[in-house]
Amino acid sequence: MEGGRGAASGPILRTEGLTMRFGGLTAVNKVSIAIPRGEIRAIIGPNGAGKSTFFNCLTGVLQPTSGRIFLNGEDVAGLPPNKVSHKGLARSYQITNILPGASVLENVRIAAQSRRHAWNMVRNRFSFPDVMDRARAVLDSVGLREQEDELAANLSHGAQRNLEIGIALATEPQLLCLDEPTAGMSVSETRTTVELVRRIAKDLTVVIVEHDMEVVMGLAKTITVLHYGEVLAEGTPAQIQANPRVQEVYLKT
Amino acid sequence: MLTLDNIHTYYGKSHILHGVSIEVRAGEVVGLLGRNGVGKSTTLKTVMGLVRPSDGSITFEGREIGGMAAHHVAHLGIAWVPEDRRIFRLLSVMENLRTGLDRPGVTEARRTELLDKVYASFPVLAERRNQAGGTLSGGEQQMLAIARAMMLEPKIILLDEPTEGLMPRMVSQIREIIDLLHRDGVAILLVEQNVPLTLEASDRVYIMEKGVVRHHAPAADLRANHAVIHQFLGV
Amino acid sequence: MGLPLEQIIIQTINGLVNGMILALVASGLTLIFGIMDVVNFAHGELVMLGAFVGATTLGVTGNFWLALMAATLAIAAFGAILQVSTLRPLLGRDPLTTILATFGISLVLQKYALWQWGPSARKLQEPITGQFSLFYLQYPWYRIATALISAAIIGALYLFLRYGKYGIWIRAAMQDRVMAQAMGIPVPSLHIGVFAIGAGMAAASGVLFGPLAGVTQNIGADFTLRAFIVVVVGGMGNLGGSILASIFISLLEAYASLIVSPSQAVIVSFVALILTLLFRPTGLFVPTPK
Repeated sequence: MEGGRGAASGPILRTEGLTMRFGGLTAVNKVSIAIPRGEIRAIIGPNGAGKSTFFNCLTGVLQPTSGRIFLNGEDVAGLPPNKVSHKGLARSYQITNILPGASVLENVRIAAQSRRHAWNMVRNRFSFPDVMDRARAVLDSVGLREQEDELAANLSHGAQRNLEIGIALATEPQLLCLDEPTAGMSVSETRTTVELVRRIAKDLTVVIVEHDMEVVMGLAKTITVLHYGEVLAEGTPAQIQANPRVQEVYLKT
Repeated sequence: MLTLDNIHTYYGKSHILHGVSIEVRAGEVVGLLGRNGVGKSTTLKTVMGLVRPSDGSITFEGREIGGMAAHHVAHLGIAWVPEDRRIFRLLSVMENLRTGLDRPGVTEARRTELLDKVYASFPVLAERRNQAGGTLSGGEQQMLAIARAMMLEPKIILLDEPTEGLMPRMVSQIREIIDLLHRDGVAILLVEQNVPLTLEASDRVYIMEKGVVRHHAPAADLRANHAVIHQFLGV
Repeated sequence: MGLPLEQIIIQTINGLVNGMILALVASGLTLIFGIMDVVNFAHGELVMLGAFVGATTLGVTGNFWLALMAATLAIAAFGAILQVSTLRPLLGRDPLTTILATFGISLVLQKYALWQWGPSARKLQEPITGQFSLFYLQYPWYRIATALISAAIIGALYLFLRYGKYGIWIRAAMQDRVMAQAMGIPVPSLHIGVFAIGAGMAAASGVLFGPLAGVTQNIGADFTLRAFIVVVVGGMGNLGGSILASIFISLLEAYASLIVSPSQAVIVSFVALILTLLFRPTGLFVPTPK
């Protein structure tokens, strides 16, 4: 089910010379990274470094100009988001993608059902107990089980972002991509989300784009630093913090 | 002159400013530093009246301006130079300047004076005065955005990341312009990610993180002590 | 019947004349959309009201030009009131809200016109009688006059936008409403002004159109429809584009009515609309943005 499908060895995600050009602007320039299975990888970089563009290429939102993206050994570069999702990659968005008129449980159930019984339109939704169990289990891991009957629109901003993560999780991904999951959150909401990510990362691989350095340093096993669309440095949090070129780029000294 | 007191701002449900308090005195250059996404631009937009604060107060020269419409805020003497410049691309350089110049109470003589002054400080704009704004280079557009704000004869300019995306040569030109404005007695609230420039140009500096002000010191102190900068802005 | 070439020339002139009147209607509509993102489904009704007010004033004073001025000013003022009372509170809401609101207004105005002026058609007496020989036809001078007057009004609008102080404000607000406000430009007042100008121009075209056909409370719908086609084909918010598109669409219809009946000729306009949306959605006469 999770983690073990496909090539058991080898990185779960590998990019080779990934490049994205918009007219005259090269936003991502020949980026090659490899993310081992089960890791939490953070992608950071100052404003304009190309993090979002890179992320959008990974998740199928953008079609890269050139280069390859190997997910479990299969080249998925250029595939649309729904196909990429079927290959085991799920993503959360910066603008919340929840269904505000549905309950918290419904939001997650729909996502879970899309993975397991997507084409079965005839049977009543309650006749898929495995989907309901799965949905509840996801709510447990994102800490929203108590609010399962609450209307998604009534949740606080932080809880909505966490529901987002739950929706992505419900599609049973092997690789979870989080796009600035703590943006707009207060300090306490941020801490909750960090704990949440730590919990769920035990069973899958997580790639996270973030600006909040505390979150990054606290969560990531390895950090990739992008600058002007290229990989500037890669290493453990301690190595990155000690890297003078990275400090230079952030502080422009 | 300008005081923000415990300002809270939301974008929809997203709570961006969690109680920001900042002060800018007449003629001061105040720097506002912080990583991406901490709410620096939102702070400027809230002052300008482009976003309504949900709590807290903003006073300018003793008058409450929180929630006031942007064009009234501009008339009070606050000018905004946004992060993406927002030049009126289809208007000529001259017409861009006129959007600030064509106000009630400006005599013909004063108009000429202001234009001459701006063309002297920005000769490249004089050269291109009839060219469409959209044809200018990035650096020239930044000059135009600042010149356009100066046409309002403001008491304070809200400068949002003026050096972003500019070459080093242009960065030092921006530095000169900030000094020029400072000499003229115009206060500046300078949002920047370029730390050295900000520390050099500012009198005092606020550092924001996650929607609040985390540190506040005279620029001189921060120039001498880098640890704080590294803590909030570094990696 | 005359030779096909003669017919084509006649239809070209007809197309140009109709195109200029349509341009008067469409330019107001595209300006309104450009500055406040309002899709004004009641625009045709402003044309209709203008025609009725013009007819009434003409009946009272006997002076066509006075009627033209009175209708233009009256409907411009009405437009200002309409904007402040009904449309301003809806600013910033989703587009469907303004579409529904202006659609509702158009229904109200139609019924009001019916109540005020009754169901029978009004005919305005053309101010310039007299015709000239055009091949096998006697072509009315008045039709040429409407084209010239429309062109003059549009020309004045162009000069106002290009060189006037408020023209710069309007063009700035059309490009970037937020930045215009931050420069101290009173955008809410501009909205009132532009709506009034658009309404006034619509009323003028109604009065000019009056002598060419009967005026009933239903004539608005045709104008709204064609004006929308023009605004889309010409590029929304693009004044020059809407003028070119008005002429283009009117010529198309004029030529088409050589082959089919005039009421069927409107199909070519729809075809043009669909093709534009499919292939050049920003407008036929607008360079494709990079």
